[in-house]
Amino acid sequence: MEYDNKISNIIRDLPRSGIRDFFELVIGRTDVISLGVGEPDKPTPWPIREAVIRSLEKGQTSYTSNLGLESLRIGISEYVTKHFRTTYDPKTEILVTVGVSEALDIAFRAVLNPGDEVIYHEPCYVSYSPSIKMAYGVPVVVQTREENEFALMAEDVEKAITPKTKVIALNFPTNPTGGIMPHEELAKIAALAVKHDLLVFTDEIYSELLYDGRQHKSIVEFPGMRERTILLHGFSKAFAMTGWRLGYACAPAPLREAMMKIHQYCMLCAPIMSQMAGIEALKMGETAYEDMRQSYEQRRNLIVSRLNGMGLHCFNPGGAFYVFPEIRSTGLTSKEFAIQLLEKKSVAVVPGSAFSSAGEGFVRCCYATAPELIAKAMDLMEEFVNEVRGKK
Amino acid sequence: MDPLIELLRNNSNRSPKEIALALGVAESEIAARIAAAEADGTILGYSAVVDRLKAGDRRVTALIEVRISPERDGGFDRLARRISKFDQVRDCFLMSGGYDLAVIVEGKDLLDVATFVSEKLSTLGGVLSTATRFELKAYKENGFLANGGGDEERLPVSP
Repeated sequence: MEYDNKISNIIRDLPRSGIRDFFELVIGRTDVISLGVGEPDKPTPWPIREAVIRSLEKGQTSYTSNLGLESLRIGISEYVTKHFRTTYDPKTEILVTVGVSEALDIAFRAVLNPGDEVIYHEPCYVSYSPSIKMAYGVPVVVQTREENEFALMAEDVEKAITPKTKVIALNFPTNPTGGIMPHEELAKIAALAVKHDLLVFTDEIYSELLYDGRQHKSIVEFPGMRERTILLHGFSKAFAMTGWRLGYACAPAPLREAMMKIHQYCMLCAPIMSQMAGIEALKMGETAYEDMRQSYEQRRNLIVSRLNGMGLHCFNPGGAFYVFPEIRSTGLTSKEFAIQLLEKKSVAVVPGSAFSSAGEGFVRCCYATAPELIAKAMDLMEEFVNEVRGKK
Repeated sequence: MDPLIELLRNNSNRSPKEIALALGVAESEIAARIAAAEADGTILGYSAVVDRLKAGDRRVTALIEVRISPERDGGFDRLARRISKFDQVRDCFLMSGGYDLAVIVEGKDLLDVATFVSEKLSTLGGVLSTATRFELKAYKENGFLANGGGDEERLPVSP
């Protein structure tokens, strides 16, 4: 059978995730030190796991409200009030989703008409452009640059705005760069959104992981923003809960309701086990991640100085758990660098090009890995870089 | 707590160079601070945490609950320090609750520990009573789970 014309044009034309391609090179090898992951190196804190075991013993295995358990939504409301200084009504303004990925998908589907433009920044997490296309929107890329430590510049955003622009999508701290937003730049982008009457989606998944004593500020906190913002957040990164697939969206009631319509038909509800885990995670609050955050900060210091020490220029990222060193000085493309490093030294990093063409010339290294392994990986990478340079 | 001490408490095996990079201070300063902490008794010592079963260590360990009578000057300290000095005593803590000292004793077998308790410990002036509880199996020691406990699989590459 000829399948090509059986598959929708949009899906046929979507590229496969570059991460997936690279994953298939690494899978099955047991000797690899991986800096290629996008998640904490510790399992979910035991009190959270233990609470879910207890809930299973009690037989809590049913559907929940489409919106998610009310006690979880109340917990989310309190957490968001504390961390983002913005309060949402658990009954009408919060929706529990299957990870931020679902929340992002249904947010785009809820607001976009065919041809509506969405401004987003690259390099970024792999799902932004495909999610926009799958919602019949038009992705409009604004590049972030190393010279600005991969922060998004308001003047670049302004140039990308057209009469068709409907949404600006933000994700800071950012995967894969670790870049964060200076508050004054965020204020300018907020002002642009108000001036042009745009919606803003802000993916806050790394917002707890900030270093050097920084305080996170979300765009939703700026004047005129609450009414036009969909705040997307989840439990994966801070609470080490990637596999639970638990996220949420906070938005004004009409937007929440529109997202809810899609969610109720395509997902029904997030798994109750994961929701139970979320309730316990919120009870733990900062105690669940503060030690890890401090440890990440030390690991970041270690990896940044080692990379710069071997002549791979790397800015000191303010958040998340990634560093994004520039590898152009080796004369290799980011894919060549990653593949040769894997083949010769058994160290896995992700080519920056997997996160859009703006990532070419860089590789992503995740430092949510034991310090001993980071040190060893850096020794091996240094050997590799010296060998490559020696050959030239 | 000093982040350097916190770091060493979790893993004393890291090189001063690596610690220096992690904390963002000079290697020479780390070496000096460690030396100072060793000199002033902040760092008491270093030892590997061992799975004794795997290491083939057949010695026995017991927790001895000791009740003692406090003295007019110095309370429990003098006697507790005296007990701590025996080589057989691995740990000695003053406790709240139904007894005063928790004394962890290691011996080559049951008889060895029993002899220590009956001949050395309970005969000390001021010791009112002892209750000996033998350890049967270690599941977690100094923060480390026996059998690693960390078999969780992580994908080598993920988004």
